[in-house]
Amino acid sequence: MSKVKEVDDRFKKFGTVSFTAITKTNDFVGYLEDNKVMGTRCKDCGMDFFPPRADCHQCFASNMQWFEVSGKGKLVTYSKLEYAPIGFEEDLPYCIALVDYGDYKVFGRIAGNLPEDEIRVGMAMQTIVNTLPNGQLNYVFTKA
Amino acid sequence: MSKVAIIGVGQSTFVRSYPGSIRELVFEGFKEAMQDAQLSTGDIDASVICSAPEYDKQRSPAGVFAEYLGLNPQPTFYVETLCSSSSTGLKLAYSLVKAGLHDTVAVIGFQKMSEISSSESQERMGRGADIQWESPFGTMMPAYYAMYAKAHMEKYGTTLDDLALIRVKAATYGQLNEKAVYRKPVEFEMFSDPENRMAGPVADPLRVGDCCANADGSSCVIVASEEKAKSISNKPVWILGVGAASTSVNLAGRDLFTGLTVAEQAAQQAYDMAGVGPQDIDVAEVHDCFTIAEMMAYENLGFAKPGEGRELIRNKETYQQGRIPVNVDGGLLSKGHPIGATGGSQIRTIVLQLRDEAADIQVKNPEIGLVHNIGGVGLYGNVTILGR
Repeated sequence: MSKVKEVDDRFKKFGTVSFTAITKTNDFVGYLEDNKVMGTRCKDCGMDFFPPRADCHQCFASNMQWFEVSGKGKLVTYSKLEYAPIGFEEDLPYCIALVDYGDYKVFGRIAGNLPEDEIRVGMAMQTIVNTLPNGQLNYVFTKA
Repeated sequence: MSKVAIIGVGQSTFVRSYPGSIRELVFEGFKEAMQDAQLSTGDIDASVICSAPEYDKQRSPAGVFAEYLGLNPQPTFYVETLCSSSSTGLKLAYSLVKAGLHDTVAVIGFQKMSEISSSESQERMGRGADIQWESPFGTMMPAYYAMYAKAHMEKYGTTLDDLALIRVKAATYGQLNEKAVYRKPVEFEMFSDPENRMAGPVADPLRVGDCCANADGSSCVIVASEEKAKSISNKPVWILGVGAASTSVNLAGRDLFTGLTVAEQAAQQAYDMAGVGPQDIDVAEVHDCFTIAEMMAYENLGFAKPGEGRELIRNKETYQQGRIPVNVDGGLLSKGHPIGATGGSQIRTIVLQLRDEAADIQVKNPEIGLVHNIGGVGLYGNVTILGR
């Protein structure tokens, strides 16, 4: 009997609904499980990538190492959704946002427990791992 | 250098739900353009079919349409850049004619969004962004544009009232457009009445009135070589400039959130190619999928300096009688936005303007017109400059 080949489809676990199962950046989800939000850095040219990627378009190398998204970033902009696409209705209302870390930016959600009247464009934020009610993993921005 | 002309334009009436199949929908826009150009199907050397995928069960719609429209055995193929698909189609048709491969090309845009439910449609549209890294957060088009609106308001002091004024202008002309979905008047006061639908929140700061509606529709633009145009048309409109650009799909890869770099870049290319500048544009169609998108277009096209777009709408400079009339056909906000058909509809409006055939919305003696058509959230930018 031939052995069933095991498929690494960890990316299914990213976000409320994931639309990707298999990617060379599956370790991103492994790191989320370890409570770390990680990007990739090209070992050849030193370029930082967030979201992480497997291949460097600058030097055509596929020689990446992981680095942790840590420290403070600045809230660039955000929006609170009153309607959601199919599959996300249970999460409403929620804010999507962009945080600038200088060398890279991070797109994600603002933590649901951060009161709306405390959210300001330009405020310092940090990125932390979050477990969703349906057991899926993502990351959110909180006050730094 | 030989020129390339538009010799025929047409569109279906845009509706919330079209009572027919996609091939029947496409026939409507095609028929109008062919009658406008006074051509028969044998005169069309090739067709370019434009839409955003995943709304229809039909795969590879080009083949089906070519048969239904009587365009066999001529070549046909499909192109897409989401909401700017038919502007991309126009650019391709321009290239095919310019290269001497074909004399006459039909650019056919369509979308039947009612094939799926509104929330499914939002999900499809959201997947026009980065499905690996953004969509799992629950994104949709209004929320992305809302992020640009928030940034614009923060940096420049643009207000919700300014955005409401753009919708009021759109409705002023939408009422006159018998092919528009939304033809009711919109009063400025509706936005401050919490009971009014226009004021309902969608994605902060954008309200229902700031957003265009899904629609079903088709459009068709017939492009011809200079020689062909001069031999068969007494009213050719010339393609003077075409520009196009792209950017990072994930917002994390962008630096500007108060405007669209793709619009700035596409505009510069089109202006350079046409040898004109923003001050030379007599009438424009811009991609107002949301009110903030029109505001940013004023600035990205150079009609106003960055941050000063609001002065144009406050002073009614973009009305029919103003310095630079914009979207005097009601825009996407009134017409509705059948993704793949939208660019062709915008081109049609400018062609009719340049031919002095725009009836109630005719701008006085326009020589040069501009079309600004954006795909995705500022992902694809297309600017086309036309002249008579």
